[in-house]
Amino acid sequence: MKTVSSLLDKDWHERYRRISTLNIRSSIYDVTNRCNLRCKGCFFFSSGEHQAAEEEMDIKKWEDFIDREKERGVNLAILIGGEPTLCMDRVEAFYKRLPTYCATNGLIKVPREKFPDMMVGISLWGGGEDEKILRGRDTFAISSKNYEGDAYTYYLFTLTPRQVGKIEPVIKRIADVGLKVHLQLLSNDERVDGFSWREGELKDLRQEMDEMLDHYPQTVISCKYYHEVITTGKMMGRDFGWNECPSVTESLDHRTNRPRRLIHFSRWASDLKTVHRCCTSATRDCSTCKDGAAHMSWVMVNKREHMKSAKDLQNWIEVYEMFAKLYHFIPW
Amino acid sequence: MPVNHDIEGIIRHVAEIIIDELKLEEVTADTFNPDMDLVDELGIDSMDLATIALVLQDEYRIAIDEDDYPRLKTIRLIAEYIEEKIATKN
Ligand code: SF4
Ligand code: SF4
Repeated sequence: MKTVSSLLDKDWHERYRRISTLNIRSSIYDVTNRCNLRCKGCFFFSSGEHQAAEEEMDIKKWEDFIDREKERGVNLAILIGGEPTLCMDRVEAFYKRLPTYCATNGLIKVPREKFPDMMVGISLWGGGEDEKILRGRDTFAISSKNYEGDAYTYYLFTLTPRQVGKIEPVIKRIADVGLKVHLQLLSNDERVDGFSWREGELKDLRQEMDEMLDHYPQTVISCKYYHEVITTGKMMGRDFGWNECPSVTESLDHRTNRPRRLIHFSRWASDLKTVHRCCTSATRDCSTCKDGAAHMSWVMVNKREHMKSAKDLQNWIEVYEMFAKLYHFIPW
Repeated sequence: MPVNHDIEGIIRHVAEIIIDELKLEEVTADTFNPDMDLVDELGIDSMDLATIALVLQDEYRIAIDEDDYPRLKTIRLIAEYIEEKIATKN
């Protein structure tokens, strides 16, 4: 029988032990329906999710809700929106109760006096020109000033087809301001011209992502197996999609094939009652979905599948470590 | 419900359930080391444990609290836990 110690040497086994007991139970919360940007291709607005539920305005109701979430076993709150920093009191209510990650466009600075070690992920959609096309302004100029050198912040760099061959200057800019970066792929929900993936592009992109990891190991928080899975949509010979997705809200998951999934995962709307289908837009086509977190989780929930060889299990460990770093369960 | 409720009987049955549920190959209830760390060595995760717990709950008509999962590290510890639950039930 293949066991962990029969597959791993001492160092890898130590790395395995460090993460194998973490038992992360995340859920996602739309903190608000509002945003101070309106990016083309933002799944939240393009799918009408900002109108799916009326925002709860009573902070006491948020606090009670978060307490219930904690009782439900959630130990990682992932705050999205809209723009969470528009409602700092709600962010604070989460932060005081649960390990919290806040996704933001970085235009408003999270006050570190109040949130000393909250993980902040700043969305970035490319170099200055692409950001202007897709988001109306070069957000990096502002967010990098707000967060320069911050130990608990990283950029969540969404790669678009227009980025292929042009990633390095962006990574360099991030390295120069003393921040980290994680890479993910655009799904182009709004079908913006020139931003859909074409045959062959993803192969080139994967190679470029690998090169960035090799050249900027202190800056890029990633691993090559994640690059492979996200660009090919394949893992251990299986295809990503609805039948495999781990990030479906538990109460809405009636799939009969019962795939491995995130236990107790939900994505809550800002009325604190409505749940969305999954971690991203319900109108997105699962067969072309490139959601980074869903792909990452897909690997993570399939640990035993990766016990076929030492290399497979090491790949699994690297993906899990990447996730644990991004959400501050282990240090960079 | 399984008839054999002595600790060795429970150990054997838990091993059979784990082999069956996780579709383990190259191991039988006889060769399964009851003291092997299931997470650290076998690589099971909380979803596996939840699946196994469901079967055990049915078979032994006991309730297994999710908060107790961290205690259930080996087949022997699971068997002792079941024994304890059966004893408090009777
Ligand atoms: S900043 Fe984020 S939430 Fe706001 S529109 Fe852009 S992608 Fe959507
Ligand atoms: S859109 Fe993506 S994340 Fe959502 S259910 Fe489909 S595959 Fe999963």
